Amino acid sequence: MSFLPLARKAGAATLAALLLGAAPAALMAATPADTLVIAAAIDDIVSLDPAEAYEFSGLDIVNNTYDGLVEINPATLALEPGLAESWSVADDGVTYTFKMKAGVTFASGNPVTAEAAAYSLQRAVKVNKTPAFILNQFGWTAENVDTMITGAGDTLTLKVDKPFAPTFLYNCLTAGVASIVDAETVKTHDVGGDMANEWLKNNSAGTGAYVLKSYKPNEGVILEARPGYWRGDAILKNVFIQHIPEPATERLQIEKGDVDIARALTPTDVAGLEGNADVSVVTDVGGQVYYLSFNQKNEMYKNTKFLDAMRWAIDYQGMADTIMKGAVIPHQSFLPQGYLGALDDLPYSLDIEKAKALLAESGVKDPVVTLTVRNAADRMDISQSIQNTFGQAGIKVELKVGEGAEVLKDYRARLHDATLQTWGPDYPDPNTNSSTFAENPDNSDAANATGYLAWRNAYDPGAMTAASQAAVMERDPEKRKVMYADIQKTHRETSPFILMFQQARQTGLRSNVQGFYAGGAVDAASFWLVSK
Amino acid sequence: MAPIDTAQSSNAAGEPSAALRFARQSANTLFSLFITFIGLLAVTFFISRVIPIDPVTAILGERATGEQIAALTQKLGLNDPLWQQFGIYVWDVFHGDLGLSVRTRDPILSEIGRYFPATLELSTLGILIGVIVGIPAGVLGATKPGSWRDLFVRLIGLMGYSMPVFWLGLMGLLLFYGELGWVGGPGRLDSMYEMMIDMTVPPVTHMILIDTALAGEWDMFWNAVSHIILPASLLGYLSMAYISRMTRSFMMNELGQEYITTARVKGMPERRVIWVHAMRNVAVPLITVVALSYAYLLEGAVLTETIFAWPGLGRYITDALLVADMPAVLGGTIVVGAVYIGINMLSDFLYRLADPRAR
Repeated sequence: MSFLPLARKAGAATLAALLLGAAPAALMAATPADTLVIAAAIDDIVSLDPAEAYEFSGLDIVNNTYDGLVEINPATLALEPGLAESWSVADDGVTYTFKMKAGVTFASGNPVTAEAAAYSLQRAVKVNKTPAFILNQFGWTAENVDTMITGAGDTLTLKVDKPFAPTFLYNCLTAGVASIVDAETVKTHDVGGDMANEWLKNNSAGTGAYVLKSYKPNEGVILEARPGYWRGDAILKNVFIQHIPEPATERLQIEKGDVDIARALTPTDVAGLEGNADVSVVTDVGGQVYYLSFNQKNEMYKNTKFLDAMRWAIDYQGMADTIMKGAVIPHQSFLPQGYLGALDDLPYSLDIEKAKALLAESGVKDPVVTLTVRNAADRMDISQSIQNTFGQAGIKVELKVGEGAEVLKDYRARLHDATLQTWGPDYPDPNTNSSTFAENPDNSDAANATGYLAWRNAYDPGAMTAASQAAVMERDPEKRKVMYADIQKTHRETSPFILMFQQARQTGLRSNVQGFYAGGAVDAASFWLVSK
Repeated sequence: MAPIDTAQSSNAAGEPSAALRFARQSANTLFSLFITFIGLLAVTFFISRVIPIDPVTAILGERATGEQIAALTQKLGLNDPLWQQFGIYVWDVFHGDLGLSVRTRDPILSEIGRYFPATLELSTLGILIGVIVGIPAGVLGATKPGSWRDLFVRLIGLMGYSMPVFWLGLMGLLLFYGELGWVGGPGRLDSMYEMMIDMTVPPVTHMILIDTALAGEWDMFWNAVSHIILPASLLGYLSMAYISRMTRSFMMNELGQEYITTARVKGMPERRVIWVHAMRNVAVPLITVVALSYAYLLEGAVLTETIFAWPGLGRYITDALLVADMPAVLGGTIVVGAVYIGINMLSDFLYRLADPRAR
């Protein structure tokens, strides 16, 4: 055919174009030696202003660009001095004094002063974005914060409105919202009184090991090391976090060596990486807990024997090992592992016979549980397993599947019968979960106290409310720990909540990567100690 | 072509002037575009209101207090009658305001301005590959139906039709990136260049191939080519499958016509018969096919963009949907719809150019 040569030419030209494009890529080596390349899903970022960042990816960046007065040691997860060298609380229990560390500078070169520290906390309260409530708990408001928080010379004074447990304040000061910002720099970028909130979305002004070079939403974040970091300069000069939402793609990249760390791998990818000498996988816990809760507007759920029967009819370990394959660990109390006073023992396991016996004892006949579930794959898997084991124990489960926001709306309005939910702690202090799971000062409909998970389930915790409120005021850390342990124990034996799992995170590291800490349940990731 | 000419002249009889006719046609087109666009706004707006996603809960999340919910409901105008909300929405859209993203609180129009060029670049390259390969392949099949070449082309086309794109994408990555190392990996550039681009390449069009070429950063340009070639080939393959099938069937139909026999009997070279005589007539329906394929790619090849970590519009809309960011979903849908309308208009125009009967 006479036109064939033409087609051939077109084909050849296309192939040539393909190969031409391919050639330079084939020459490219692995990641640059002075750059840490991380593949992660970062589409949760709202802002990188420490006064506003409140999502996992955003707080990771804040943790590496800013420091607080009190810090968490990345390796041990213990509290340690940050920009304050020492601190004390007066006998009145409401006046705290922090002595600032000398010789620390911001990335701009400006010195860190008590004034800058005071400004930072005042600013976080005044900017009043989502995480501001962490600070507002101490009685700080936009109106009073200038007098409650003052700095002069090397001394920062914080006044709080009640004699709280000092550990409560110290723990809250490790949160991203309490990061210290470079007051001088921030003030020059104020637009219309926003205290540089807009500017700090894309820029950093902190003491951290890195400065924010670029942030492109849904594309990537670039950090550059600064010289003279007070904890010792970052080992790697640059960090590039690339937004790779697809786990299978991340897996391919880490196998290939195009990224050093992969942070959104699924259990399937992790299984596929087994036996690969170039990649190691580390597991770390996160703060999120998975729980079932039962609305006590339904009288059936006030029957403790019946609640007990359900506790023994769940395959905690089986689900963690199979459907969740390492994405969770069994955990049966409301404080996540790593929190002050957290109970890590696992008293319950799947025992159908025991569940049947307890159900018989309870006197509840042919129970039907309507379980509201979000339409996410893992939630569906968990609820189906529960449906199965509850069924074996004689408890019928009907699943009601809905979109996340809708499920949440019903839950907040106490319209659910039973629900499968997760809860992430708001700040690294036990009060965050204790106050919501174990407190409910007013159980009436009119109270509309949606902030309390106990209220959402029409559950009156009785004396536990007072016990939890006392624990946040207890000034002896050891006693405080015991108080939370007691509350958790009572809670898991009597409440209409069944805590099942704590989130686990599996991170893929190239085998030459050392010193990466993901932050556990209480902290964010640290990049400045990473070497390769 | 003679009958066509006659048809045209008979149509033209009685028309005052070409300019007036053109003006009237354009006005008609614009009017129908306007109506279509309003319809699009109405459909997307009302769908977003009837689906069971409460915008207030989506924005405020788990921790919101009753007062915050009431205040935001008021602020978003959700207490107003639906028709009034729609009126305000249309007014805002025509003033270039698609609202703020729930998630990032940035203007949606500027976000789309960042993501759409990435999609435009990818799908334009994809459709070029689809056309360059698909049309000759279809012609090849049509001229020798039943031959092994024809079967081969059809088989390849069938595969492109029936294989899930995420599977093809992952396998392509595994082979060409993972095993052979011929192409760049996911993302638009290697991480090294990704870190340099802001400093060296001004974002003129937000399309990396064009911006790097304009800046004379050829290393970066070739790196971008190595990253785009695989997803573009994949999209090209998908559109090629459709285009080659349709070309084949149009061409077979034309080759059975009498004017082709006449041309052949006249002793005209086969190449001329096919590419000049037959192709002229095949081109008309083919414009629609290509335009539809292009619009389809521009809507955002969601799965392709996800697998290749491509910061495009399809992924933007999907990500937004997953976090119930309805203003962003709405804005994205409207842009996609507008693009669709635009391409339809363009294909109408080309149609008229190619087929005198349509003038």
